Amino acid sequence: MAHDEVSGTDTSASDSSAVETTRGASTGTVVIASDVANPGEPPHRQRVTDTDPRAAKRAARSVYTLFYLSIAGSVFAVAAYMAFPIEDGDPTALRLNNLFLGIGIALSLFGIGLGAVHWGKALMHDKEGIDERHPVRGTDATVARAVEIFDEADRESGFGRRTLIRNSLIGALVAFPLPGLVLFRGFGPQDQNPPELLSHTMWKKGARLTLDPSGIPVKASDVTIGSVFHIIPEGLNERHDKLEQKAKAAVLLMRLNPDDLNISPEREGWSYDGIVAYSKICTHVGCPVALYEHQTHHLLCPCHQSTFDVVNECEVIFGPAKRALPQLPIEVDSDGYLVAQSDFHEPVGPSFWERS
Amino acid sequence: MTSTIERADAHPEAPVPVRKSGGFTAAAANYIEDRTSISGVVKEFGRKIFPDHWSFMLGEVALYSFIVIILTGSFLTFFFQASMVETVYDGSFVPLKGVEMSSAMESTLHISFDLRGGLLIRQIHHWAALLFIAAIGLHMLRVFFTGAFRKPRELNWVIGFLLFVLAMAEGFTGYSLPDDLLSGNGLRIIDGLIKGLPFVGTWISFLLFGGEFPGTDIVGRFYTLHILLLPALVVAFIALHLVFVVVHKHTQFAGAGRTEKNVIGYPILPVYAAKAGGFFFLVFGVIALMAAFFTINPIWNYGPYDPSPVSAGTQPDWYIGFADGALRLIPPGWEFVWLDHTWSFNIIVPVVALLALLGAVAVYPFVEGWVTGDKREHHILDRPRNAPTRTAIGAAGVTFYAALWAAASSDIMATHFQLSIEGVIHVVQAWAVLGPFLAYFITKRVCIGLMKKDHEILLHGYESGRIVRLPGGEYIEVHEPVDEYERWKLLDYEVYQPIMLRPNAEGKITAGMRLRARMSNWFFEDRIAPPTREQLEAGHGHETHGEIEKGPGLV
Ligand code: FES
Repeated sequence: MAHDEVSGTDTSASDSSAVETTRGASTGTVVIASDVANPGEPPHRQRVTDTDPRAAKRAARSVYTLFYLSIAGSVFAVAAYMAFPIEDGDPTALRLNNLFLGIGIALSLFGIGLGAVHWGKALMHDKEGIDERHPVRGTDATVARAVEIFDEADRESGFGRRTLIRNSLIGALVAFPLPGLVLFRGFGPQDQNPPELLSHTMWKKGARLTLDPSGIPVKASDVTIGSVFHIIPEGLNERHDKLEQKAKAAVLLMRLNPDDLNISPEREGWSYDGIVAYSKICTHVGCPVALYEHQTHHLLCPCHQSTFDVVNECEVIFGPAKRALPQLPIEVDSDGYLVAQSDFHEPVGPSFWERS
Repeated sequence: MTSTIERADAHPEAPVPVRKSGGFTAAAANYIEDRTSISGVVKEFGRKIFPDHWSFMLGEVALYSFIVIILTGSFLTFFFQASMVETVYDGSFVPLKGVEMSSAMESTLHISFDLRGGLLIRQIHHWAALLFIAAIGLHMLRVFFTGAFRKPRELNWVIGFLLFVLAMAEGFTGYSLPDDLLSGNGLRIIDGLIKGLPFVGTWISFLLFGGEFPGTDIVGRFYTLHILLLPALVVAFIALHLVFVVVHKHTQFAGAGRTEKNVIGYPILPVYAAKAGGFFFLVFGVIALMAAFFTINPIWNYGPYDPSPVSAGTQPDWYIGFADGALRLIPPGWEFVWLDHTWSFNIIVPVVALLALLGAVAVYPFVEGWVTGDKREHHILDRPRNAPTRTAIGAAGVTFYAALWAAASSDIMATHFQLSIEGVIHVVQAWAVLGPFLAYFITKRVCIGLMKKDHEILLHGYESGRIVRLPGGEYIEVHEPVDEYERWKLLDYEVYQPIMLRPNAEGKITAGMRLRARMSNWFFEDRIAPPTREQLEAGHGHETHGEIEKGPGLV
């Protein structure tokens, strides 16, 4: 775009139509507006209802009919409330109650709304009015008086002069909300160490892997190749802090062909004949990683699509998560049930600051 | 009546307006007047003028849906139990009978299945909440693209922005109350998000949830926020927002007779009251109809919260989408251990980006005011095309928001269009990064194109579509001139010249001044000044020749 000054339209800012409130030196803003004059309000055009008495009558009829319709709607809604009870818990009854009550209420509202708007548009006097604007800033006299009042108050109180009093007051005002803030400490438990709690789960040596939610223990022989089980630790359902524990201890159990698994040396012995157990809590922000893709052996988190590769110790292959899902070392007890060898070797779930 | 007259007589220096007759209404009015001096309010506001434009109704929609929310929400509080105490469900919804759940979920199911009209009120409440936030968003876009935030309305913009944030907080806290599977997963995401924040994350999470997630406190706490603290703030800010509307008087679009020093429209009594009052009932009616026909948030399909199950393809309410989408767009691997602590940039970056986006919205009026250096009050709205740079910035912002929002539906898009999720995410990543620049560029060009078109209409009239053959055998299209009122609508705008770099009083040029001059130059580099009278007259002379040869006057 060229910047050449072709048109002689430069006018100083004072010619423009904006309300002038500039005081003191301006920043050098130059505004260009047209020099064409405002033609003033266009002549008022009459509506059909202004010129044709029959049209006015028709409009009046529409308005009161709408208001009557609204009354009908209200009555209908009350009748629907009585005519469509839902006590029997029947879904159709509920649907009809909701539908007819809603239609009645909507009709009663639309009647008033449409009637009032139509009245306003078609019948009420429609000549537009004009209000004058004044600068938002008060008049100079008012502003001067306000300044004077503050000066007087300052002089009479000595607020500006007695700096020691003033500053100590400011200090006191800053300090007084502090106890209130401290009270908020009570929002969290007093006797807990959060990083410690986040680092451990209910799993311990010998804890049986049981089905979620029934709590029935799982035998290694139940887990066929290709199957996947949602697992909770034995005894979870009896805990009073069941949900908090479950939010950390939930596990996915899968059996793959042992040859398909790439097991790192330090994790030899963490799985049993192709049966592996991984934390179900996503290492991104903690959703349950609930979707297992059988062909690819991928676990997918439905929240932000982090994808974990079961074959490679659940490392992240896509999505915003960084860390692999922690693995739960498992073995088989003398009765053939799957049990944990220990807790997870690292904190499960979302990252947190104190984790390292 | 008589007592009023006596009183008036007793204080002849301050006569009370007395109507001699008029029966009960007059008597009641006088009774109130004697005790409140309310006539002053009627005098001040009764005939106050409001300009008319469809886009001015967006703010009204927001206000009215908030009233609907208050009405229905109050009803719901009588039945809802904000407690996470475990109970066994024994209501009339058969599939969940015998299932353990919190009282919050149980009472929500009670409202939905055992209370006549309860489901309707719940659905009206939810639909109204969705509309509330949407209307605020659209209202903000209207205010932005028409430049209504300029002096003297900058502070009211900030108040409106705070209302937008509060509305989202209201929405999220309310969404979490039923303690169902979907909202519980939403909370789980919030918990994980908070834990990922450096230094304070773990502790904030424990303070918020009263211990380990999910705990038994969060519903009660959100309830206090949802029905007490946040609504009090919303009401206070709405009141302040409206006080400012009265103080500033409403803006108006350019039009014949309209100036910066007046406001033309309908008086509150009676026309505006009839239209706006009626409009409240229409908004309420639409919400009621939606609640009657369309199920919203069927928590009974999700079941109570349990940290283990989750279903695929579940979505948060629409206004949270942009935040959820921001999390999804982070590429793998953005998390490090450094100095023995975990730095979750896969969380820090989206959180910072979202805060930056919101912050940019909040401070935009001040930035533009500084760049333009314009200290005048503005009451005539800009047509978006006449402020190409601002409009382009807005389009870029909307594009970025839309990308985040689309990312939140990446899995649905992938399954729906049979694409790979990786592919969809990569496309949306590119969209979020490049899209805003593209949108900026295109919008600016379109605006300038439209300004040129206006310019030609002003100079040569509308293309009438009528082709005539001149005696010389040449064909031209006849152009109809615009009448002076229409012309004024196109004409009444200003362009700025970029700020010139001049030394200040001390004869220095500071870095700030340099930056400002550069920004001003960027802001106003492409501009088309409105034609002058002289040009208009010349233009109409051209009219018979039909062909436009000269481009619009570039400044
Ligand atoms: S919580 Fe699993 S990807 Fe975000």
